[in-house]
Amino acid sequence: MNEPVIVLRDVAKAFGPKHVLRGVSLEIERGDTVALLGASGSGKSVTLKTINGLVPPDRGGIDVLGYPVSTMSEAALGPLRRRVSYLFQGGALFDSMSVFDNVAYPLREHGQLEPEALEQRVDELLAMVRLEGVGPLQPSELSGGMRKRVAVARALALEPEIMLYDEPTTGLDPVTGGAIADLIVDLDRRLGVTSLVVTHDIPLVMRVAERVVFLHEGAFIFSGSVEAALREGPDPVREFFAAGGVHA
Amino acid sequence: MMGWTTSLVHQVGGVTRLAGRTLVRMFTRPLDVRETVRQFDRIGVGSLNLTNITALFTGMVLALQTAYALSKFGARLYIGEVVALSLVRELGPVLTALMVGGRVGSGIAAELGSMAVTEQVDAIRSMAADPVRKLVVPRVWATVLMLPLLTILADGMGIFGGLLIGVFQEGLSPTFYLQRTANVLTFDDLWLGLAKPVMFAFLIGVIGCYNGLTARGGADGVGRATTHTVYVIAISVLIFDFFITKLFLAL
Repeated sequence: MNEPVIVLRDVAKAFGPKHVLRGVSLEIERGDTVALLGASGSGKSVTLKTINGLVPPDRGGIDVLGYPVSTMSEAALGPLRRRVSYLFQGGALFDSMSVFDNVAYPLREHGQLEPEALEQRVDELLAMVRLEGVGPLQPSELSGGMRKRVAVARALALEPEIMLYDEPTTGLDPVTGGAIADLIVDLDRRLGVTSLVVTHDIPLVMRVAERVVFLHEGAFIFSGSVEAALREGPDPVREFFAAGGVHA
Repeated sequence: MMGWTTSLVHQVGGVTRLAGRTLVRMFTRPLDVRETVRQFDRIGVGSLNLTNITALFTGMVLALQTAYALSKFGARLYIGEVVALSLVRELGPVLTALMVGGRVGSGIAAELGSMAVTEQVDAIRSMAADPVRKLVVPRVWATVLMLPLLTILADGMGIFGGLLIGVFQEGLSPTFYLQRTANVLTFDDLWLGLAKPVMFAFLIGVIGCYNGLTARGGADGVGRATTHTVYVIAISVLIFDFFITKLFLAL
């Protein structure tokens, strides 16, 4: 058994009267790829954001790579955030900067790369998402799928140990979505990156997930393999897969 | 009424906290020089026409009204003095701050607001960078350095406007008008006239940034943040103006 690198213990979060998480617990081991499923607005993104400290929980403990995230100040979270990357739903590219500067951003912020090495590294990252040559363009000149791939390149720049993906394939065509799925699998196999993927995309789940966790009305009602989810998952879980065209 | 009070308390508390964090970071390294210079251009140079035209016409109107009022006491010769003092001590700083506050404050709120709702601000945080250092400090520095310069130019334009009326309508000689102006202005007037824009600029920058960074919920939220910013800046500038003036006169 591997060491757990993400641990949530009884985490609760409410926004005003809306209880998004009602005391959820979860352990993810190093190298795992876990899909976090659930209906829209069920709090999947919030769960993801508590893990790198973007959203503080109201209650409960969160440990990531041994850091007690839930008790740390914004400034103290820096070292952890260099090791945990977050892929935002819309990509969240800086639209005042070129694609090159976007991908170079974390490298300039934390690396001591010489300009030449920096350029080489950015090219390498863009090649990894099959977007050679788009460096000088502005994000607004790219299609949605290309923007998302640039965001993936930016997220990978510091060679994270953990990747948090917020709907990595939403709004993409099946081919681009498939390419993103390949990339997630590849990162897991080749670099041993631990991934937590928030998604609605059943083909993506089938392709990448070693385990699925299902969030329903503020609680994790299922955690286990895809096969187990299909065979013995509670109704909302099986309905979710059935709606995506996958049956036991 | 309750909602209004809560929102006021939130705004004042939030702006004060951000002001404190900004001040600390304004005087510690690293400063994002490239971004700050970019903001100089957008905030300073971009506002020139607006503030100069405002000041020119204010100076002219001020001279017209002053001539009318003073003629009742047979004191028309004093137009230059009244125009210069009103402009340098009061109207130059306040009108320039209101104009720049509207233009720049709303621009900052809209820009940072759309960054906030598209998760770009969270992206900065997630990459272990500090949004206050990256976004707020360059904008506040740029505003603090540019607004006094814009105010000086505006004062000059206003005095020139007064001169035009003094010369062409009231028949005063330009030399006489400028001499009266130069004689009446003291070091204290200039000092007050520059202290005000520095404080107003800090307010404009921080209020714009605060409302942008706290914008939520898409285009609608950005719109609300923008209009709210103009409203809060206008009121804050006028209230602070009163207290700064009062404090200076007491010294």
